[in-house]
Amino acid sequence: MNKNTENHFDVIIIGAGVVGCSIARELSRFKVKVAVLEKESDVGWGSSCRNSGVIHAGFNNKPGTLMAKYCVEGNQKFQSIAQELDVPFKKTGKLVVAKKKNEIIELKKLKRQGELNGVKNLEIIGEQEIKELEPNVRGVAALLSPETSITSPYLYTIALAENALKNGIQFYLDTEVKNIEKKANSKFVLKTPYKQFITDYLINSTGVYSDEIARMAGIDRYRIYPCRGEYFVLDKNASSLMNHLIYPVPHIEEGGLGIHLTPTVDGNVLIGPSNEYIDTNNRNDYAVTMEVLAKLCKEAQEFLPAISPRYFIRNYAGIRSKQTPPLQGGYKDYVLEENEEASNMINLIGIESPGLTAAYPIAKKVVSMIDEKEILSPNPKFNPFRKGILRFEEQDDETKRILVEQNSDYGEVICRCEQVTKKEILEAINNPLGARSLVSIKYRSRAMMGRCQGGYCQTRILELLKDKYNYGWNDFLLKGSGSNMLTGNRSNGESNI
Amino acid sequence: MINKDVIIIGGGAAGLAAAVACRKKGLEDILIIERESDLGGILKQCIHDGFGLIKFQNSYTGPEYAQKYIDQVQECGIEFLLDSMVIDITNQKILTVVNKSGLKKYLAKSIILAMGCRERTRGAIGIPGTRPAGIYTAGVAQNLINIHNYMIGKEVVILGSGDIGLIMARRLMLEGATVKMVLELLPYGSGLPRNFNQCLADYDIPLHLNHTVVDIKGGKRVEAITMAKVDSKGKIIESTCQEISCDTLLLSVGLIPENELTKMAGILLDPLTGGALVDEYGQTTINGIFACGNVLQVHDIVDNVSLEAEHIANGVGRYLSSLLKPKNNIKIEIGPGLRYVLPQHIQYLDDTVFSFRVKKPGNKKQIIFRNDSRIIKKKSFIRVNPAEMIRIKLTSSELSDIKHLKVELN
Repeated sequence: MNKNTENHFDVIIIGAGVVGCSIARELSRFKVKVAVLEKESDVGWGSSCRNSGVIHAGFNNKPGTLMAKYCVEGNQKFQSIAQELDVPFKKTGKLVVAKKKNEIIELKKLKRQGELNGVKNLEIIGEQEIKELEPNVRGVAALLSPETSITSPYLYTIALAENALKNGIQFYLDTEVKNIEKKANSKFVLKTPYKQFITDYLINSTGVYSDEIARMAGIDRYRIYPCRGEYFVLDKNASSLMNHLIYPVPHIEEGGLGIHLTPTVDGNVLIGPSNEYIDTNNRNDYAVTMEVLAKLCKEAQEFLPAISPRYFIRNYAGIRSKQTPPLQGGYKDYVLEENEEASNMINLIGIESPGLTAAYPIAKKVVSMIDEKEILSPNPKFNPFRKGILRFEEQDDETKRILVEQNSDYGEVICRCEQVTKKEILEAINNPLGARSLVSIKYRSRAMMGRCQGGYCQTRILELLKDKYNYGWNDFLLKGSGSNMLTGNRSNGESNI
Repeated sequence: MINKDVIIIGGGAAGLAAAVACRKKGLEDILIIERESDLGGILKQCIHDGFGLIKFQNSYTGPEYAQKYIDQVQECGIEFLLDSMVIDITNQKILTVVNKSGLKKYLAKSIILAMGCRERTRGAIGIPGTRPAGIYTAGVAQNLINIHNYMIGKEVVILGSGDIGLIMARRLMLEGATVKMVLELLPYGSGLPRNFNQCLADYDIPLHLNHTVVDIKGGKRVEAITMAKVDSKGKIIESTCQEISCDTLLLSVGLIPENELTKMAGILLDPLTGGALVDEYGQTTINGIFACGNVLQVHDIVDNVSLEAEHIANGVGRYLSSLLKPKNNIKIEIGPGLRYVLPQHIQYLDDTVFSFRVKKPGNKKQIIFRNDSRIIKKKSFIRVNPAEMIRIKLTSSELSDIKHLKVELN
């Protein structure tokens, strides 16, 4: 499969979310010429960076579904992948808490469902044991799932992309596919604003837009109903309130998992997500709403009375790619398929929760679907290992001392709240994918994620961008093109050199 | 381990004044640790004037006021570290400091906390809507404009009528932006009266009291905000929602004393002030650790920061000479109508300056200090205002023999 022209590929993946990047990495194990086309200015800016970061155990999914199968497999494999990719991972475990006695039967159903799916170590515990494990939580009984873990969904997506890139995959950011043409020789021609691409195989991993991309290729059978989930991020001081993920008993008709309390790998706490279907014509609507924020706050306090607004530092939202319309709710199983209308195009439809957990098994399946047709030969240069940015804050004093001695950029703390040094921020700015929005730097370095939300470090990061890349006022972007932070220089000011 | 008699965390208004006062008291071994590349703290970006009316009978700009102290620091040869961050502090007064030269530990005989404040953010107050570019807290905007010479927006709405918001309203107008309005949640303004005249009225910028922002629109950059009126209980009146097009939302919604290090040391904070619980010498619940300036209570006039910091030096000096011998521990009670009082307790019955703020504006008010039924001191005010800190001194003779102390607003 040798493609001689620079815009011809064996495989093109549309969508650099966690699934697209997982597929890219899996394909890089083989001698294949692959490109990933991503419309945003960085990887993962759709649902992949906007979820709770949970590696689910698999008891929430119906036995026999792909969701269940991939969730359990993904959960079991995640730790070793996280280690290869230097991605944070904590096995906190989860408690699904019954507030009333009549919910206990649901817990038992979940336990049985989990066991059928192959989930290990599930246990129903009583009121006393809940108090011992979680002194701040009220409940009459709970399902304890020790295999449920947490990770950083954005660092995971970035790590997958960086490793894929290192292993030969090409990434095209700010490259939106506008048109797909199927050629007679069953190749695909993809038109983007700046470039045309040709490929033998096409993978549609575009999340909330997957039905639209399919339609571009003449496949009209899919419908995605975007369903938004809003979140609160709580200050690290709140993390002392809980040790496990705390979830209520889910109510199927709501089409989500219910509002949960999730500690993050960094020590924050997430409240959310909520569950509201939004307009299919505005799938980018990541606004948080007054009604939902009030509801989240109230429901969180029902589980953990100690939660108070003084912990709140930020809100965000993500959008689920649901295949079930609003009046129906609930779930439909993942769709991973080729269609008659466009053979050699693999469509991934409806990858909602447990999408993060299932990303690796999904990727393996997609690769096997191509392998069945092409017999891929292994890439002898494939290296599964990738190193992330070393976190100064996590090291002990002696290590910190040595780091500063070796590189004085570790001695400049730029983000006070999260103790992020100049060295880390420079590494984030110089990331292999070339993403340079402020948010890209934030995700990679953790700067601006603390309680002052960039109040101290934001201007310093802009200074570093100016030093390193000679940025003018027009170059500073918050999150991709059009998100200019500044509107000009001061009328008679000298530029700040 | 490096030993120091006095370590001052923060080289802004409070830290500088404290350092100079300590030196004047005869303390030699002082070190100021400052995270920025210059001394002066937030004063460096406050290019407007009005600083120094009390202390110097003059109206200086922020940098000029800071320079008055920086000059003294340099004249006295007081040691300071720049670009240095205190990343850890223990209750044994051991500090871990990081800068380009390395990670070092300091053992201080006494510590003065002078870390100042951070701004309350959009996320902390949970304004609904999207999260586009163009949302700035007033201090960040001030830094970008005054220090980095950028313009942050063309059509601005300001939420919060605190001083920083008012100052920035004027600043933005002077730089050619349009400030469409200032919205204030409360029924009265949060800033100093003079700033309403000089920053809003003089520039025809409308002020809408009892209003807030209930939505932010815009995908990549702010496109509009929705303003709404609130009722007397602070609840939003739905029918008053109105969309205002703009490209910038400036937030001036409060300052929070930056007490992360304070908490790390195990020092107790007062939820009413957001700062440490202190006695009349500014000494916290850990002996030998003192606090002053915005980290202790949010100030509105820098001259008071300097006065407060200068008084700390008395305590530090006495502490180092083991001359601080508590006579009694009297917790100050506050009556309704007062938001807080500092210090929260007194131990020595020496001359003490009490600072406090009222909860609501009012006319013809009296502040009364009582020892049970006996009135110790009374002071009348034509007008009181939460935005203006009140400071009243009680002498040691006025405080002698008191068993209890209550401050009331009548």
